[in-house]
Parts: sequence; C-alpha cells; structure tokens
Amino acid sequence: MISFLIFPGLLFSVICGMIASFIDRKITARIQWRKGPPLLQPLYDIIKLFGKEIIIPKSTSPFAFLILPFLSVIAVALVGSLNGVIVKNSIPSFSGDLIVAIYLMMVPGVCMILAGGISSNPLSMLGASREIKLFISYEIGFILSMIVVIIKTGGSIRLLDILDWQVNNLPLIYTLSGFLSFIVSFFVVSAKLGIVPFDIAEAEQEIIAGTLIEYSGAALGMFKLSRMMMMFVYPMFLVRLFWYSSTGSIFVDSIIFVLKYIVVLLLLIVLRNTNPRLRVDQVVRFFWKYIILIAVVAIYLAGKGV
Amino acid sequence: MSNLTLKALTKSIWVFHAACSPCNNCDIEILDALTPKYDLERFGIILTGSIRHADCMLVTGVPNYKTAVRIKNLYEQMPKPGVVIAVGSCACGGIMFRKSYNFVKPLDEIIPVDMYVPGCPPKPEAIIMGVVKLVEAVRSKIK
Repeated sequence: MISFLIFPGLLFSVICGMIASFIDRKITARIQWRKGPPLLQPLYDIIKLFGKEIIIPKSTSPFAFLILPFLSVIAVALVGSLNGVIVKNSIPSFSGDLIVAIYLMMVPGVCMILAGGISSNPLSMLGASREIKLFISYEIGFILSMIVVIIKTGGSIRLLDILDWQVNNLPLIYTLSGFLSFIVSFFVVSAKLGIVPFDIAEAEQEIIAGTLIEYSGAALGMFKLSRMMMMFVYPMFLVRLFWYSSTGSIFVDSIIFVLKYIVVLLLLIVLRNTNPRLRVDQVVRFFWKYIILIAVVAIYLAGKGV
Repeated sequence: MSNLTLKALTKSIWVFHAACSPCNNCDIEILDALTPKYDLERFGIILTGSIRHADCMLVTGVPNYKTAVRIKNLYEQMPKPGVVIAVGSCACGGIMFRKSYNFVKPLDEIIPVDMYVPGCPPKPEAIIMGVVKLVEAVRSKIK
C-alpha cells in the first residue's frame, strides 16, 4: 500500500511528473526564445483547478463523467509503482507484470476516448474518434516492441527477470534489435503522451481541446495531473526496459538512471518542438507503414539473436 | 472560496478570448500580447480554447442583438471563480456605436466586468497592465 501511495507510486510520480512538466514547458519556452514559467507553475495550475467549480453537462452521466479522470490517474500511478521494482523490496515482481504494465498503460487512452464520447459535445466526439485512430495506430507497434524485449531476455514476462538479464548481459539498447524496438516504443510513448507531432486528439487550433472540452475544475485537474505523471512514468518505463544497467551501488545507479531518463525526456521535448502536428491519416500511415515495419524487422533480428 | 485557490488563481490565469462583434483590432492586440515578445507564460497566463477551462474572459467589441445573448451564456458557462476583462473602448462603453440601431446595452450591464482596458485598440502593454492591476486587487483582497 505504501509503495502504491507514496514512494514509487502516486505521490512520488505526481511530484516528479510536475518537475518533468516544468522542464518540458521551460525548454519549450527557451526554444521559442522566451523566459518561461516559474518552477512551481504546474503546482499552481493543479491547485487552481482543484478549487474551481465543476460543471457537468446536462445530457451526460455524472458518475461516468467524474470517475474517468480518477481511473486515469490510478492507472498511471500503478504503472509508476510497478516501476519501483528496481528499488529493492519496495514491490515484489510477479510473473506477468510486464503484461499488466502494458494493459495499465492503455487505460489513460481508453479513459480519454470514453471522456470524449460521453461529453455530448460535437468537438469532443471528434476528439474521441481521433483518439481511437491514434490508439489503433500505435498499440500494435508497442506490443511488437515488447515482444522483442521478451524474445531477447529469454522468454520472460517478469520485469525483474528482464532487469536481471540486462545487468548480467548488456542493456537491450546496445543490441541492434533492442535499439530498433527502442525507437519504436519511443515514438509510441510520444503518441501516448499526446505531445505535439501526435496531439491530433487534443489539437487546440482545430478542435479546441478535443476530448477534454467539457471538463472543468477538479475533473480537468485530474486529467492534467495524469498527463504530468505520464510524462514521468512512461519514459521511465522505457529506460528501465531498454537501458537498465547496474554498478552495485544504489546511489550511483539512481543518478545514472535519472540522467538516462532526462536524455529520453529531452529527446521527446526536442521532437515536440521541431515538428508540426501530423494529420490523422498521416499519423496512421506513419505508424502502420514505418513503425510497424521497423518493429517486425526488430522481431526478426531478435529471433536471429542479433 | 478558500484563499489558497485564489492565490493559485492569481499565478495561473487561463484566458479565454470572447469576441463580442469586435472590429478585430483589439483581437490582434490580444494575440500580440500572447506572443513570445511579451511572454505572458512567465506569469502563468495561457490562452485556452474552451470556456470550461478558462479563469478569465477577455471581451472585445460592442454587444449587439446577436452577441449579447451569447456573451451572457458564455459567462454562465465559465467555472467560477472567474473574472471578466473588457478590452477596448467598445467593450468598455460602446463609444460611437452607442446610438446605433443594434446596440443593446453596455457590456457591464449584461455581465459583471472586473477590469476595463480602454483604447482603440489598447496596446499589448495596456492589456498586460490591466491584468496586473486586477491580480494586485485580488491579492490585496486575500490579505
């Protein structure tokens, strides 16, 4: 329970997610030759949203409308606490927790689709349909790249075994197939986070705020919070699956781990700031034509043992 | 309303731009104020597209028979606490359109207005100064 609520789980990923969100906004501002927001800006936003009035549309189900943001936050916090496997004795690793993590990482996307669908607003419907298309595009590539991880580490679907394999042999990213599947899951994580090249579901200039258009107050705050936590948890998950190494000392390990995480986060931010938003059909084509091709090649190479 | 929320509100103002039949000059100045040159994100000010996310309505233009009803609806849809800023002389009092056949009422008789920024159009500096004065007024009310 503590590992879910406090250390690798909810509270820890909220705080780190806010820092990650601040880094994202600050670097975006610096790239645009601005000064950028202060350090506590994400905290101010969330506190303000939690204090505001919640308006529920008349023709929707209040229960479903209000439960979806909580589901989203809880799912991301669970992935965060599964990330805590590296911290010794914080959470036991069980057989199949990789599969659990993959499913939990789908939950925020599903919540967004449902939130758009039940908001009874034409623009949110449009956002939901775009989110479904995005979902169909990236999910296959993600599962294929996870299959590469499973093949490379000797058929294990237990996170601790994958980490042990990387410590005993070498981080997966240093092998050819591991590198290719890292690229695949990097783009998938970018799409899961809904940041710029793939933010078709929330396209501010086209469909206002897309799926979140009818949300206000604390419900909107929960969705924003889950976005911030995803910014921390998902790249962390990638680093752990593909780029994990250990020197024996926990202090040195965690510094190296954080540095690797920051590299992945910076790559995401640079990708976000140097690309325009893709059209819906372009997103589907990008994932199905190139990303899945790369993933299939990576599986072939992994089968060959490269 | 708790003081903490109000304090956070003054540091994170999400702005919604409500065009109430303007001539577009004020709107261009508002967009100017949001460009990287003035960088309002330093103070947590962001332009949002949905009124449900907004804390502040920037109203430009003269309320006429078509837009007066809609501007009232928009104000009712904004989650409270929220503020309204009238940008430009038209929104502040109607100026030369006051005697026009389709002028309904001044804006502040339709919805409560918290801050007036006169000018035709006001400079981005004037809009920022209006927002800063409003923030200071809210902060002094907390203490």
